[in-house]
Order: sequence, then structure tokens, then C-alpha cells
Amino acid sequence: MNPLPRAGELGLIGCHVCGLVCRDIKVPDAACPRCGSALHRRKAASYTRTWALLLAAFFFYIPANVLPIMRTVSVGDVDDNTILSGIIELWVKGSPDLAIIVFTASIVVPVLKFFALGLLLISSQRGSQWAQRQRGRLYRLVEFIGYWSMLDVFVVALLTALVQFGFFSQVEPLPGVVFFGLTVVITMVASMTFDPRLIWDGRDFDD
Amino acid sequence: MLWICEHCDTVYHRRVLAWGEVARCARCDAILARHHALGVRGMLALVLTAMIAFLQANIWPIVTLGLNGQLISTTLWGCIVMMWREHSQVVAVIAACTLFFFPIGKMLLLGWVLLYARKGERAPGFRLAMVTLYHIGPWTMSEVFVLGTLVAIVKAHMYFEVIANPGIFAYGVLMLVITAFASIDVRGLWDLTRERGA
Repeated sequence: MNPLPRAGELGLIGCHVCGLVCRDIKVPDAACPRCGSALHRRKAASYTRTWALLLAAFFFYIPANVLPIMRTVSVGDVDDNTILSGIIELWVKGSPDLAIIVFTASIVVPVLKFFALGLLLISSQRGSQWAQRQRGRLYRLVEFIGYWSMLDVFVVALLTALVQFGFFSQVEPLPGVVFFGLTVVITMVASMTFDPRLIWDGRDFDD
Repeated sequence: MLWICEHCDTVYHRRVLAWGEVARCARCDAILARHHALGVRGMLALVLTAMIAFLQANIWPIVTLGLNGQLISTTLWGCIVMMWREHSQVVAVIAACTLFFFPIGKMLLLGWVLLYARKGERAPGFRLAMVTLYHIGPWTMSEVFVLGTLVAIVKAHMYFEVIANPGIFAYGVLMLVITAFASIDVRGLWDLTRERGA
């Protein structure tokens, strides 16, 4: 027998929510006897949903970067900042180390997520056996770092609440920040709907 | 008793882990289970610590800015209300959920479940509490907010006088507790507890 048997081969299903190992009774809407959550071998319509969410996130990501996220008004002087110009300002005037952190959270992580999820979707749909372990690790990395992208959104919220000196200095949020917040939420949902077990399923499985 | 790897569906026989041991999947290298030095009582103590820190982090101001002798300070809710008023309601809702409602919900549910788990019992509503905990798990972002505060302080420091308030230290403590909790899989409580009267 295969030294590393998979749940499907043994007629088993692991509950996503509580981890209970159940026998696959092959009925359409089976529920976990322990926690009551729906039991399924793979997350439902994983490819379709993840693709749809990834595309939606990408469409929000464009205005998130093009539109300014924050306006600073001081003594009649108006200055609008996009994500990138905010990072440059931090680099030039303040601390390059923090600029690198913000750059990583706001630019590198979202772009990495688009590429990583795109790569995982395409390779799994083709049933590719290439670098399966590494692809598994890539997925866990995406899941782990995803929510740190919310960093810039919280920075804008804090500065808006703090910099309220009327005529002398005032900070307002601009639409870019809303698009960016939505991008982060949608990419998080996208990585949750992707089922990493598909990486190992090969060609015979297209849900 | 079996383990099924969540990341690749490989099935293993369970075994007892030694102190500090981590079981990894031989196929995909994901973590199957780890040994927890911290028992139910230890977890309960951590949750209570987190609750106290969270309370302080929310009532005390986080930072104060000064310009020409004028001082302005804010709390988390100050930020949320301000974003709502400044036409960024979406951001206000995201912040309220990920920084307030979900973290507090997580702590209360976990505290409730652990309170009973000390005696190996399942609390009333155990099932719902555990399922809810699973779903809100990835949506708490207090640690990101702490880093965000740091960035905001550095940015504001270019133009204003900045005074750090006790709130930020409470957030620091909260961040430490969250990190300590990060490796604990609370789903273990399903195996540690029995239905009452069963």
C-alpha cells in the first residue's frame, strides 16, 4: 500500500473546522457529527471562486495604487499622497528602514499574492506535479503574510484622527485607501477559498 | 485515532508528541500538530492577560500630537469614528471589525470555553463557540495596528511633537500575548473535553 495514503483513497474526510476524521458517506450535504459544519472533500468550487476573487481584487488594486490615499493640508498647502509617494516620503525624510517595511506590506505582499495565487491556480488546474512541496509552502506563506498589507490603511486612519489642527494642519483620507482596504480583504478571502490539497490532486480532479 | 493533513490530505496515525516536538507532514511539510507546554489553565491565564491589555489599549489614548502648544490624542475608536465621518465608512467598518469586535469576540469565546475546559467539560454553546472561533480566527489584526502606530508616529514626527501614551504600551503587551498564542491550535479542545454528563 502507498506509504502515504490520502484521505480520498481511504474513504475518509477531515473536517475543515474541527479536524475530526470522518468516513466519507458520499452524500451531497454531509455534516460533521462533532461540530456540525459542512463536510466536503475539497472546498466547494475552489478554482472558480478563487479566480473570481483574485480578478476582483486586481481590479480594486489598480485604483488603490493610482488614486491618492491621503491628503495633507497645512496652511493652505495641499499635498495628496499615493501609497508609493508616501513610501518615498518616508524614505527621504524619515527612516528608510520603516519605508522598507511599508513597501513590503503595501506593494510586495499584494503583488506576491497575485502572482502566487495565479501560479497556484494555473499549475493545479493543469495537474502539474512540478515543485509540489514548494507550491505548498508558497500557499502557506501567502496565507500567513496576507493580512499585514492592512498596515497602510491603519496608518491613514491614525493620522486622520491625530492630525486635526484646523488651518495649520489637517489630514483627510482619500478614496485610494478604501480601494486598498478592499483589495486586502478580497485577496484574503481569495487565499481562503483556494484549497491547497488541489496542488496534490493531479489531473483527474477538476472541481 | 488519525490525523489528516489539512494541506494535502495525507492520513497519519496519531502519536503522542514529546515536549516541544512538532509533527510535520512527510508529503507537503505542513505542520500536523505540535506539543503544547501550555495547558488549559495556562491558556486561560493568557486570555485573561490579553483581555486586561485589550481593555487598557482601548481606554487609554495611544499617541498625542502637539503643534504650537495645541495637543491632540486619539484612541482606536477615535480613529474609527473619524474614518466614518471622513467618508471612508468601508475603512471604518474594516477597522472596527478587525481591531475591536473580532478580537474581543475571540477573547470572550475562548475565555468561556476554557473556563469549562479546566474540568474537561464542554461549556454551554461549545460547538457554536468553537465554530465561530475558527471563522473569525484569520480576521483579527491588532498586531498590524501596532506596527501601523509605529509608522504613523515616525511620519507624524517629521512635522509634529509626538508623545507616546500608555495605550501603545498596552498594545505592545497585547502583541506579545498574541504571539505567544499564535502556535496554539485551539481545536485541541475538542479532544480534551467531553460533553457534560456524558
